[in-house]
Amino acid sequence: MGINAILKNTDEIKSPRAAYGETLVELGEKNKDIVVLDADLSCSTQTCMFAKKFPERFFNSGIAEQDMMTTAAGLAIAGKIPFVSTFAMFATARCLDQIRNSICYPKLNVKIVATHGGITVGEDGASHQALEDVSFMRSLPDMTVIVPSDYNEVKEAVKYALDIDGPCYIRVSRTNLKTVFDENSYKLNPKSAVKITEGKDLTVVTNGETLIEALNAAKMLEKDAISVEILHTPVVKPFLAKDDLVESVKKTGKVITIENHSIIGGIGSVVCETLSENYPARVLRIGTNDIFGQSGEQRVLMEHYGLTAEKLYTRIKNFLG
Amino acid sequence: MTDNKSSLKSFDDTSFKEFTKKVRIDVLNMICKAKSGHPGGSLSCVEILSVLYRKILNVPSDWKKSPDFDKRDRFILSKGHASAAFYSVLAHCNFFDTEELLTFRALGSRLQGHPSTRYGLEGIEASTGSLGQGLSMAVGVALGLKLDNISSKVYVLLGDGEMQEGSVWEALMSASHKKLDNLVVIIDRNKLQIDGSCDDVKSLEPLDKKLEAFGFDVEVVDGHSESELTDALLSAKSAKKPCAIIANTIKGKGISFMENNAGWHGKVPKCEEAKAALEELQYGD
Repeated sequence: MGINAILKNTDEIKSPRAAYGETLVELGEKNKDIVVLDADLSCSTQTCMFAKKFPERFFNSGIAEQDMMTTAAGLAIAGKIPFVSTFAMFATARCLDQIRNSICYPKLNVKIVATHGGITVGEDGASHQALEDVSFMRSLPDMTVIVPSDYNEVKEAVKYALDIDGPCYIRVSRTNLKTVFDENSYKLNPKSAVKITEGKDLTVVTNGETLIEALNAAKMLEKDAISVEILHTPVVKPFLAKDDLVESVKKTGKVITIENHSIIGGIGSVVCETLSENYPARVLRIGTNDIFGQSGEQRVLMEHYGLTAEKLYTRIKNFLG
Repeated sequence: MTDNKSSLKSFDDTSFKEFTKKVRIDVLNMICKAKSGHPGGSLSCVEILSVLYRKILNVPSDWKKSPDFDKRDRFILSKGHASAAFYSVLAHCNFFDTEELLTFRALGSRLQGHPSTRYGLEGIEASTGSLGQGLSMAVGVALGLKLDNISSKVYVLLGDGEMQEGSVWEALMSASHKKLDNLVVIIDRNKLQIDGSCDDVKSLEPLDKKLEAFGFDVEVVDGHSESELTDALLSAKSAKKPCAIIANTIKGKGISFMENNAGWHGKVPKCEEAKAALEELQYGD
C-alpha cells in the first residue's frame, strides 16, 4: 500500500487537547492580542495552560457559555483575537444563536476550539456527546470548520485558525490518539485533501479520530487484495478539495465516508453534496445514524457504533460485495 | 434627581427639543416608507440616544478617519429593533447623510432592519437584533479596552423586555465580577413588550434591587428628561463600579395613540394615522 510520506511510523499516543493547550501558549507568547475564554472546563479543554501563563488574558466565564461566546465577540470588536473553549456540545448547540448572530454575521475574528467532540466522550453519555456540532457550524455563513485528527494536526489547525481573519470552529477529540502525521513534514493545507493511501478499489473520505481507524481498516483490506484510497479532509468548510475528491472517485467509482459524528451534516454530507453536483457516485456514509449516543467506555462505543477498524473492515467488505 | 444636580443646564433646551422632534419625525417617516419597523421602542429611547450622542459619548463622527478612533467611547444598541431612532440620531450627529435614512430596511441599504457592521455604516459598533446579547458584547469590549489601557467607556442600551433573557444576567454577573467601572448599562424601561406589559408577561421587579444585588451602581431617572439622563450619565463617568441607569420611559412617546400601547411595538401606522402622528409631532408640545 502506498503510504504518504507525511505519515509517521510510530506507536506514540498523544493528547490532541494537550496539543491545543500547548499551541495556545506558544501563539500567546508571540501574539499579545490573543485572549482565551473558557466556561469552567479549562482543565478538560487544556486552556488552563494559557491561563497559568497569561492570567491577565484568560477569562473564565463560569458556567455561562452564551455569555462567554458573546463576550468573545465583544473582545473581538475591541481588536482582540479570542479563542473560546468548552465541550463541543455546549459550544455549539447551546450557543448557536450567539455564534450565528454575534460572531458569524459580523464576521468577527473569534476562534471556537471545542473539545470532547463525538461519541468518544464516553461514559458521560448522550447529553455530552456532540454528534451534530459539525453540522451546526457548517451551516453558518463565513464559518471555517476544521476537524483535525492527531496531536500534530491539532497544532497545525490552531495555527491555521489564527491565520484566518474571521470565525473558525475546530473540533478536538477527547481521546488520546496514535500520532498519524509527522510533525516535521506535515502542513495543514486547506485547499486539498490529504491522500493518506493510494488505492483503486474504493475512496474513503474521513477526518478527526476516525482517520486512524480507516487507515487500520485499509491495512486489513490490503491483505484481501482490496486497495483503498483514503482522503483525509480536515477542513470541512470551506470544502476546497473538490478536485481531489472527483479525481479519486473517477478512479475508484465508489465512496465511503467515515466520521465520529452524525451522518447528517458532517463530512458525509459534504462528500454527497460535492459529488452529486460534480461527479455522481454511490456513497455510503458511516457515522452515527441519526441517533443519540449513550454511556460506555470509549472503545466499546466506537465498536458499538461501528467505527473501529475491525467493524469498518466488515462494512467496507459488505459494501464492495 | 434633584434640581441643583441638574444645574449644568448650559445646553440649549430648545435645540434639544428640536433635535428629538426631528428624530421622532424621522422614525415615523422611515417606518412608513419601509412599511415595517418598530415605532414603540424607537420612540421610547429618543432622548436616551440623543443625550448620549450629543453630550456624553466621545465618538468622532468622521468615524474611522479620526486619529483618535481607537480611543472613542463605544455604544452598543442591544435593543437592535430601535434601529430607526439610532440611525436618525447618528445621521443628525453627522455620521452619515440624513438622505440615507429613507433607505431604511430596503434591499441593499446600509440601514438594515437591525444594526449590522457588515455594511460599513458609520457609527455602528456591533451587530445586534437577537435580544439579550448586547450586554455580553459590551462586557467583552470593556475587557478589551482595559487590556489595552484605554480609558474609554462602553455604553449599552437594553430594552427592559430583553432582560428576560438569561444571558443578560450572566453578563451582569461578569461585569461586577470583573469590576468593570468602564461599563454603563442603560435600560429603556418602557414596561411593555410585544405580548403586553412586562409585569404580566414575566415581571422584572424589583429591577433596581436586582441590579444592585448584582453589584451595580443603580440610578433611576426619567428617560425623557434631558437633564436627568445627562446627570446620571455624567456621574457614571466617574463611577468605581459598573453602572446601571434605569430610564423610565413611555413606549411610543410623542405620538399619543401609540403611547403606552404594546400593539405599536412592531406595527406600521396606516396613512391616516401617519398623518395625524406627523401633525402631532410637528405641532404638538
